[in-house]
Amino acid sequence: MKVRGTVFRYKSDVDTDVIIPARYLNTTSEAELASHCMEDIDKEFVKKVKKGDIIVAEDNFGCGSSREHAPIAIKASGISLVIANSFARIFYRNSINIGLPILECPEAVKNIKAGDVVSCDLSKGEIVNETTGQTFHAEPFPDFIQNIIDKGGLIASIKAGK
Amino acid sequence: MGMTMSQKILAAHAGLESVKAGQLIDAELDMVLGNDITTPVAVKEFEKAGFSCLRCPERVSMVMDHFTPNKDIKAAEQVKTVRTFANKYGVENFFDVGRMGIEHALLPEQGLVGAGDLVIGADSHTCTYGALGAFSTGVGSTDMAAGMMSNKCWFKAPSAIKFMLKNKPAEYICGKDVILHIIGLIGVDGALYKSMEFCGDGVKYLSIDDRFTICNMAIEAGAKNGIFPVDEVTREYLNGRFKREIRAFEADPDAEYERVIEVDMSKLKPTVSFPHLPENTKTPEQWGDVKIDQVVIGSCTNGHISDLRIAADILKGKKVAKGVRCIVIPATNTIWKQAMHEGLFDIFIDAGAVVSTPTCGPCLGGHMGILAAGERAVATTNRNFVGRMGHVESEVYLASPYVAAASAVAGKLASPADVL
Repeated sequence: MKVRGTVFRYKSDVDTDVIIPARYLNTTSEAELASHCMEDIDKEFVKKVKKGDIIVAEDNFGCGSSREHAPIAIKASGISLVIANSFARIFYRNSINIGLPILECPEAVKNIKAGDVVSCDLSKGEIVNETTGQTFHAEPFPDFIQNIIDKGGLIASIKAGK
Repeated sequence: MGMTMSQKILAAHAGLESVKAGQLIDAELDMVLGNDITTPVAVKEFEKAGFSCLRCPERVSMVMDHFTPNKDIKAAEQVKTVRTFANKYGVENFFDVGRMGIEHALLPEQGLVGAGDLVIGADSHTCTYGALGAFSTGVGSTDMAAGMMSNKCWFKAPSAIKFMLKNKPAEYICGKDVILHIIGLIGVDGALYKSMEFCGDGVKYLSIDDRFTICNMAIEAGAKNGIFPVDEVTREYLNGRFKREIRAFEADPDAEYERVIEVDMSKLKPTVSFPHLPENTKTPEQWGDVKIDQVVIGSCTNGHISDLRIAADILKGKKVAKGVRCIVIPATNTIWKQAMHEGLFDIFIDAGAVVSTPTCGPCLGGHMGILAAGERAVATTNRNFVGRMGHVESEVYLASPYVAAASAVAGKLASPADVL
């Protein structure tokens, strides 16, 4: 699958409380969660984000709570891919389970700025910064995890008999 | 190559002789946990998938603790969703108001988790049960849904960092100072994807409550789990309480660790995490003059009976400073009753503090003590992220119950030595 969009750029340790503050966790509505996405770190995010856009962050993205509402809010806001140096482990797991594409690629993080247009072939992990013309390669997922992604998330992969 | 304690528990539950760091496994679960925030999402996934039963309903626990007693209509609807699901599928371990407590204090107290267990919970602080010698880790709601349906979960066996805890903790030092010190040392991603295995001759000086506090905050260093060896302290706690057989796993002598870090607990000072990350730790000489508006003593990290006793020791015969709101939250009904019978509530109320029903409440900015713009709290909780306890311009300072109670008396960040 190919994705393409404009980049929102964040630093290290973006926690799940700023991705979706707990005061909004009294709902499971994806649209409602998306309407508050990144609210406590970037009030402009929900106003500017367009379908397909991409988040690029530094280390430990998604640290903190186990709330699946965080990747759900990001996905429902229209974001097609999150690229970071590293992800907090529960966020990493949750993203794969719900089908939010994520990639670890420090080279890309180093060479992509806010507002750049980036495209990515998710199956190959090939990231292209169309603004600068540079190409980067993310480490592929282990087969076990790629299988969950290919099936469309954890529940779908279980239903398919793995 | 030998295995770490965490790897041994994973191998045993995957039906394998051994596992190596990085190996992907499918393992049988002893307990699957969810709360009033994460379970509704799991229920949605479970029903969307068309699953029709829970493989082991007795191995599922649902604890309504975050926004309860229901703080608003939406919270009430969420709990209703979970209550209906629990009734429909025969989940006996459904804990609502009157039976509930903060999940990570309640499950051990009820004997639902213990040594040798493999536990997942849709709450990041599920790592708490490592204090009992369990492999226990936080997951999301979809993993919870899959866990309820299949009683299994996939894991990547983690590598580990070994923490050699040495000597008896200094005066006024408890588990909270130990773990905050460690997080300050290695950072909020210092143990990312890894196990934190605690051992050493200092372990025997740590009460089970201290161990709960230490394992509880392993996630604040990014860890997959934190774990203590099973010793007399563990057995004494589990005996007569834990509903399954104790399985004491031990790390092999030749187990591989990525790092070994020594912590001399006799040299620790009261440690506080300044805003807005748990790794921003400072000791008293670095604190300066930090005026405060609120103190919270409670949470899954420090709402145990020993934490309340510590706070009462400091507050006895003293007054909470004018302009400071001091909120004490026993973690479970059992702890609440115990504290009441020990006379701790008299001490708190006479000092001008308030005692709340068990709830996660203010820790995550839910209810029962939300901060306004510009306000500061000293809290025995576990996170001080931007906006964690309320307004984005409020601040949370993470501390031990000693420091929190002393700060309540002083009206500013203070160590126990300043007020006794």
